[in-house]
Amino acid sequence: MARKITNNRKIINTAAAWGIGLLIFFPILWTILTSFKTEATAIADPPVFLFFDWTMENYSVVQERSNYGRFLWNSIFIAGGSTILGIIVAIPAAWSMAFVPSKRTKDILLWMLSTKMLPAVGVLYPIYLLFIKFGLLDSVLGLTIVLMLINLPIIVWMLYTYFREIPGEILEASRMDGASLKSEILYVLTPMAVPGIASTLLLNFILAWNEAFWTLNLTAAKAAPLTAFIASYSSPEGLFYAKLSAASTMAIAPILVLGWFSQKQLVRGLTFGAVK
Amino acid sequence: MGTITLKQVTKSFGDTQVIPPLDLQINDGEFVVFVGPSGCGKSTLLRLIAGLEDVTSGHIEIDGADATNIPPSKRGLSMVFQSYALYPHMSVRKNIAFPLKMAGIEPEIAKKKVEDAAQVLNLTDYLERRPGQLSGGQRQRVAIGRAIVREPEAFLFDEPLSNLDAALRVNMRLEISELHQELATTMIYVTHDQVEAMTMADKIVVLQAGVIEQVGSPLELYSSPANRFVAGFIGSPKMNFIEGETAAKYDAHAIGVRPEHFILSNKQTKDGWEGKVEVSEHLGSDTFFHINAGKQGVLTVRAIGEYALRHGDACWVKPDEDRIHRFDAAGLTLGS
Repeated sequence: MARKITNNRKIINTAAAWGIGLLIFFPILWTILTSFKTEATAIADPPVFLFFDWTMENYSVVQERSNYGRFLWNSIFIAGGSTILGIIVAIPAAWSMAFVPSKRTKDILLWMLSTKMLPAVGVLYPIYLLFIKFGLLDSVLGLTIVLMLINLPIIVWMLYTYFREIPGEILEASRMDGASLKSEILYVLTPMAVPGIASTLLLNFILAWNEAFWTLNLTAAKAAPLTAFIASYSSPEGLFYAKLSAASTMAIAPILVLGWFSQKQLVRGLTFGAVK
Repeated sequence: MGTITLKQVTKSFGDTQVIPPLDLQINDGEFVVFVGPSGCGKSTLLRLIAGLEDVTSGHIEIDGADATNIPPSKRGLSMVFQSYALYPHMSVRKNIAFPLKMAGIEPEIAKKKVEDAAQVLNLTDYLERRPGQLSGGQRQRVAIGRAIVREPEAFLFDEPLSNLDAALRVNMRLEISELHQELATTMIYVTHDQVEAMTMADKIVVLQAGVIEQVGSPLELYSSPANRFVAGFIGSPKMNFIEGETAAKYDAHAIGVRPEHFILSNKQTKDGWEGKVEVSEHLGSDTFFHINAGKQGVLTVRAIGEYALRHGDACWVKPDEDRIHRFDAAGLTLGS
């Protein structure tokens, strides 16, 4: 028997969902609003919500003081590069785990995931030393590699769940049709997994874009992405809230737009394989 | 050429041996059917020949050359899967052309071959469609088209008709048989349906628990089954087995009589077994009676055409003495 959902219940659920949504979005909204205030209004007590003199001043100051374009380019390069590199490494890995699993496959998957439970700061020291040794400090290449490795477990996991949904017989058919392993992955598996690969790409691009620990610790001036751009406006005295907010808004705007337009892919990506 | 030889082939999954050492010879151009109940290892055997599973021990030879360690893509065999296993993201044309593309055949020649295959299989109008837009029978044809374009040494069919409805199944059975006549290529066909086996095969391999029970032509298996399992598996409805006193009269542990080898009468006969009709199945061309014949047990008896016996009627059945199969206690057929 289907559960009967009464109208009252529906209203309560909808209100709760909106409430939670607004609660999560509020800091972002507040940041965006603050970015249009003067520094004085920004720290006004009681805080001003909507009725203040809107100004674009913070944006022009931020634009003058630092080169937004360079940070943006670094972010795109690092997030894009690490995601693409990750996918190239993860597709064969996920293929073997999904289609030729061994007794240890489950253990390996869990072990990979467990590395995500390690606090990043725990490996900062060795990675820092490695970066010095290989001359990778403050380089986009170094950051791309680190972020790729950081997100690799998630990429492999996501692809693995997608691949599991693809009937093995189709891959066997391609083998019978004379396809080599490379052709099998290139012409049969990958095109069939396009929706899954797309949402994996998106999610990891966002994760890499927002990653702050490694980007802040391993870059100085040359390779600094937008996360470092934001951080450069946070001062201990905290007197430049409006400018900090303007910088933040500029940093999150591209990813917000991307996320908005790919909502469907993202939701599908995160729930795929959960329901049979 | 498409001779396939299995020498002492075994297969184990973990500690479970699904195929004990097995030898089999398949000659060029033969239509061989592997038949047996589900779980008897017939599909595994086919997958071993295809190379989709590795043999645990033993050798597989294709055209006299050892193919045991050759990957499936290099064995020169084509396979039609139960689920059709078409590439959902490709049009019918691309599906059929895929093996040619993999073989590096020039697009112009490939195009011609695809169109020829489509012609044979009545798929010309559907070449630009995706598999998802086709009916089950059409999908099956695409799968066959994909298998024939590369002109393999042998075709492997893994229960290709079990997803089709009954009427279509009869049609496709005929089409596959015709295809075999036309191409004269070796075909290995796996099914659990003994009717498919009987109607299509040159040679039937009956399997049970990974062991070959008997190899022979359909009529050989029908008229001289090697043991009780084959006798019961081949033929529909099943052979009747009678044990005890009656069998002892024939100097056997059990005797087997096919439903069509009884003489049925509604009048008392001198040496007939008396029985009572429990169920009658009227098919028009035949009538099947389930007759409770006392100590002989319930017998299935076939009468040609309509036969005026109803539930509860008394009747007398007598086996055709020349057509009685005798089995020993181990189930092996006794010589006459």
